Amino acid sequence: MRQRIESLEQFRALQADYMAARDAEKRKILVCCGTGCVAGGNLNVYHELKKRMDELGIPCEVSLTEHHADAIGLKKSGCHGFCEMGPLVRIEPEGWLYTKCQVSDVEEIIQKTILGGEFIERLGYKQNGELYERQEDIPFYKKQTRRVLEHCGHIDAESIEEYLSIGGYGALAKALFEMQPDEIVQAVSDSGLRGRGGAGFPTGKKWAQVAAHTEEPVKYIVCNGDEGDPGAFMDRSCMEGDPHKVIEGMIVAGVATGSTEGYIYVRAEYPMAVHRLTVAIEQAKELGLLGDNILGSGFSFHMHINRGAGAFVCGEGSAMTASIEGNRGMPRTKPPRSVDKGLYGKPTCLNNVETFANVPDIIKKGADWFKSVGTEGSSGTKAFALTGNVVNTGLIEVPMGTTMREVVYDIGGGIKNGKAFKAVQIGGPSGGCLTEAHMDLPMDFDSLKKAGAIIGSGGLVVMDEDTCMVSIAQFFMNFICNESCGKCTPCREGTTRMLDILTRITKGNGKPGDIEELRSLAKMIQNSSLCGLGKTAPNPVLSTLANFEDEYREHIFDKKCRTGSCRSLTTYVIDPAVCKGCTKCARNCPVGAITGELKKPHHIDTDKCIKCGTCKTGCPFGAIKEA
Amino acid sequence: MEQIDYKFIDQVLADHACDASQIIAIMQDVQGKYRYLPKDALRYIADKVGISESKIYGVATFYENFSLDVKGKYVLKVCRGTACHVRKSGNVLQAIYDATGLSESKPTSDDGLFTIEIVSCLGACGLSPVVMVNDTVHPAMTPDKAVDLIEELREKEGA
Repeated sequence: MRQRIESLEQFRALQADYMAARDAEKRKILVCCGTGCVAGGNLNVYHELKKRMDELGIPCEVSLTEHHADAIGLKKSGCHGFCEMGPLVRIEPEGWLYTKCQVSDVEEIIQKTILGGEFIERLGYKQNGELYERQEDIPFYKKQTRRVLEHCGHIDAESIEEYLSIGGYGALAKALFEMQPDEIVQAVSDSGLRGRGGAGFPTGKKWAQVAAHTEEPVKYIVCNGDEGDPGAFMDRSCMEGDPHKVIEGMIVAGVATGSTEGYIYVRAEYPMAVHRLTVAIEQAKELGLLGDNILGSGFSFHMHINRGAGAFVCGEGSAMTASIEGNRGMPRTKPPRSVDKGLYGKPTCLNNVETFANVPDIIKKGADWFKSVGTEGSSGTKAFALTGNVVNTGLIEVPMGTTMREVVYDIGGGIKNGKAFKAVQIGGPSGGCLTEAHMDLPMDFDSLKKAGAIIGSGGLVVMDEDTCMVSIAQFFMNFICNESCGKCTPCREGTTRMLDILTRITKGNGKPGDIEELRSLAKMIQNSSLCGLGKTAPNPVLSTLANFEDEYREHIFDKKCRTGSCRSLTTYVIDPAVCKGCTKCARNCPVGAITGELKKPHHIDTDKCIKCGTCKTGCPFGAIKEA
Repeated sequence: MEQIDYKFIDQVLADHACDASQIIAIMQDVQGKYRYLPKDALRYIADKVGISESKIYGVATFYENFSLDVKGKYVLKVCRGTACHVRKSGNVLQAIYDATGLSESKPTSDDGLFTIEIVSCLGACGLSPVVMVNDTVHPAMTPDKAVDLIEELREKEGA
């Protein structure tokens, strides 16, 4: 049990203690325990390290509270972001990064690195034949500016002491004792911070609107951690890797707006985030950083976690508050907006995880520091989840205004398997596709809007030449159809009609006039849907139509899918010049559609073929092609 | 018919102060034990927190995660999010369906071992395609690995 902090002086003293303890830890092993690396087995690596170091009598400490001289810090950290190369282990003070670590590597890490101070080349990251020892030198990290994710991966995510040791809760102390609530709101306004959840609404303005309701004794802070966009996991990493930062941001928002209750709504699919936040809230309560009379200031703030139950629409503000109240998560007509009548009908300040995580640094370092990166209209940085057909997938953070080219090629390392770049899908089901023509566009709220896409929550899915854009549009429409709450007809019925047409096209039954009908339905849905989910639902179709209309036409008129993704439009043929007659495909074919004699070219009966592709995947000579 | 442990439900209700706004959390805890929401339990909860049966039914059926049917011991969530989609998660799903004999219209196996669910995104896109078995994420899946996974789970259960 931790001792409650009663005053600012005690807080400063404790913070100084942990800073000193952290500085004294010369050698540190940070084992990444984000979802990705845990899935790769890094918890076992951690336990093996602990076990072997104990056996060998190497002094090691897992918590700053038990600090003793010369001990080696062994920490479970949050996500380092370089998920493609995981499981990851970082060695300090050198800043070495070991990739793809396994339990079998533990002995060597202890003997060579911990005892011998030597870098293990085998575990280092290599790109284009070059070996990178230090994490910060790796091209994936070099181009990034990590602010929100600064400590993500560098501190133990389940220790409030570690957070205090890097100056954590300093912004809360400053907000409580050195600033007036209106000064906090002003600082956030001056910083130009805009909502990181997608819409980009100025955060300071929102806070000011909630703060202006001085007549209301009860107001709420709600943190939107219902990161539902497929292909996005920034908020997850933030909640898992640095949960106290989000909590601190929320309490500061409470001070600024005069709210005393906070809710974090987290997706059910994120059990680890729920766990880490629960631990963090308990620790903050023990220390008196949450609860009544925080640090003796007289200000009280209470925090609750709500687990979502699998409804994408709950990412919409009014649906989320309905869900927290224990109702079906359906949006309502606005106004009134949630800043006036939100949760339980009270003024509510609803921001995204990343938005709150930006707040502590703005308070500590000031608005000018925040504006020192980014663009005129979009200051600061943005975290993106870089995924899909790209060499380095993972979690990245770059200044607003960075171009797509820098992200895909410099950080992402280009397209996987030497294929050609086709498009980037940005902003999830509400966003759009950007093509080669948009590669040098600065990524900020306003530029992307002009290009027919949105930053959204920050999912970037890179697609190579083998991706069929019609099937991508169909994929998103299917998603929206499933997730439409059904309250308003344009979204419920309109998206179903669009999906029908798209499915028809991918099945080879497209008709002349389909493209026009898609466009007209899209316009109707955009104009008449109740909430943001419906209003933006046609975006993936419209942007693929704008950039790849020829592909739609091929599907409809030529009954052809150039990528071979749409199975109904694909026929498999064997190239007799390449086929060696090994009979493998004939044996593998589940429906007996392939015939031929040994050592003679085989043949596929297209009437029998179910287009499963087993023959193509299995052919040792690459003789089977899609036509 | 499932025998309901009302003592357990009373405890869950007490943990959430028998508060109607906590209904989702209450149902999550109950489903955590039974792997689905038994109808009798729903009636009991509605009565205790003071809401109508139609209201609790409305909430329970709105959210994807709640199930009024018994789920398998192993719930396999196959991610069909964008990142997994472009890395061919469709083939992984098909392999799992083939290996279990299940389908979208029949997601739970008769022996009560498996439930196959399609989810939109598990937020582990860096490891795509992914399959989550209960709370464990399995990264970089292929059709072959998926079949091995099913076999492994079957062996574990001696089935």
